[in-house]
Amino acid sequence: MTSDAVTGHGSRRTWHRPTPGPIRVWFREITYFRRIWKANVLAAFVQPILYLLGVGVGIGVLVDEGPTSAEALGGVSYFAFYATALLATTAMFTASSEALWPTMDGFMWSHAYSAMVATPIEPGEVATGLAIHHATRTMIGATGVAVVLAVFPDTRSWGLIPAVGAAMLCGMAFALPLAAWTATRTSDISFPTIMRFGIVPMFLFAGAFFPISELPEWLQKFAWVTPLWHGIELCRGLVLGGLGATEAIAHLAVLLVFVVGGWVACQVTFRRRLRP
Amino acid sequence: MADALIHARGLVKRFGDFTAVDGIDIDVAPGEAFGFLGPNGAGKTSTMRMIGCVSPMSDGELRIFGLDANQDGRRIRSRIGVVPQADQLDNELTVLENLVIYARYFDIGRRAAKERAAELLEFVQLTDRASSQVEPLSGGQKRRVSIARSLINEPDLLLLDEPTTGLDPQARHLLWDKLYQLKERGATLVLTTHFMDEAEQLCDRLVVMDNGAIVAEGSPASLIAQYSTREVLEVRFGQGRNEALATDVGGIGERIEVLPDRLLIYASDGEAALIEVHARGLVPESALVRRSSLEDVFLRLTGRTLVE
Repeated sequence: MTSDAVTGHGSRRTWHRPTPGPIRVWFREITYFRRIWKANVLAAFVQPILYLLGVGVGIGVLVDEGPTSAEALGGVSYFAFYATALLATTAMFTASSEALWPTMDGFMWSHAYSAMVATPIEPGEVATGLAIHHATRTMIGATGVAVVLAVFPDTRSWGLIPAVGAAMLCGMAFALPLAAWTATRTSDISFPTIMRFGIVPMFLFAGAFFPISELPEWLQKFAWVTPLWHGIELCRGLVLGGLGATEAIAHLAVLLVFVVGGWVACQVTFRRRLRP
Repeated sequence: MADALIHARGLVKRFGDFTAVDGIDIDVAPGEAFGFLGPNGAGKTSTMRMIGCVSPMSDGELRIFGLDANQDGRRIRSRIGVVPQADQLDNELTVLENLVIYARYFDIGRRAAKERAAELLEFVQLTDRASSQVEPLSGGQKRRVSIARSLINEPDLLLLDEPTTGLDPQARHLLWDKLYQLKERGATLVLTTHFMDEAEQLCDRLVVMDNGAIVAEGSPASLIAQYSTREVLEVRFGQGRNEALATDVGGIGERIEVLPDRLLIYASDGEAALIEVHARGLVPESALVRRSSLEDVFLRLTGRTLVE
């Protein structure tokens, strides 16, 4: 058969080093993200500044005047206490919202994942490619916070660099399990509930605004099993110091359980969904 | 068929208790345009999805390009182009971006992808829309983007699921023209449709599916010759009277089908049949003589019309 420009029979399949499937999936996400990256990067800086001014500085003035505050906060200013948690909470919000609606879009609305798995891409590679995208988004969000924190003397520390990594891990501990959940859904009806009764309460009670030692003991146990508390403790400890090696390893281990468990769950649920 | 591009034996697809495809045999040769004709729910799409190695089979044997669909899905998919029933385009991206991104899924390099995309946009006559978003395009244009996209990996087999459903007549004809050109260039096409004219225009050979099974197989002309008469006389006696009058026209032609709005009289000579109807003193509100189509074949085989 002769070469034909349209059917391409007998033509140019050139050889090059194969690009891994997840990276090919990520290319699509990047192409989308390229269209909105400026607004996104701007938000990554502006949002933490607003939170820091409103909560860190505004409430911090009141808190730091309290006679027992230094003791409860572990000897740091309220600004430093709250600002370091912002690394982890930003990662959580970015990763969670990415893993819910945009992932649903790929399954149900644009059917982009169906298009992918009709090519040599496998469902598990779709999941891993998305995870890379979520990690990228989380990194941008956490880096924005870190850059802002570097401006303030209370939080200026080399520890901000590993803290960005810890925040990313914290974000992925949300993104992967939530993406696995999304893959089992046929509507987004449960998503606002997840945000309102899962993510937001964690934001409020898992140690971002006040130490969980202030909570009743039974509620503290809830905080221990949330990835957010471990993420916050890691970020705070890395920036402000005072984190023991054993504690650090324990926090990392819990986050890794969520990340690895979420990834394995994604491999299963994405395959079930995309290879019916 | 030793060198069959698609070879299926006893192919079954079950979803829980429901059997969507119930043990079908298919062979498609290279260069053939092969069609699945049937109403919605006949099992056409499930079959296509198994051939596309997107949906695993429940039972049977399926080989594509001589490769086992259960084992070599990734290799098979790298040589297939798919035009799905609903466009799966990235609406917020440009036409060109859609093609380039899709090329990346096949691991085609960015430069080669752009060259190839330009050629394909030329082919589907969308070169001037390359940098516009997909969202505002018409249904026919979007479908042409889908077709261009499905050709990006230079496929040896093109699967089209209801390629013109939902398009206006003009867009359908443009699309048929493109598919016909592909066929002339030696592409192997497999398509599903519930439009008999589409099947007649494009398919060398087709199978009629109903309830997950193949009920007839052959070229459009041979199916019509086998299951219908040369001509059909359609007479309408007005609402509610058609069924009552069916006995009055009994014996005219070879066979009579009663539909809610009309009677179909199958005869080799439709005009002669109409003269006979008049000779019996019956005055239909309207009468039409036409050639038999695949619609008649389907009606004969299943007792139902294709589009309800």
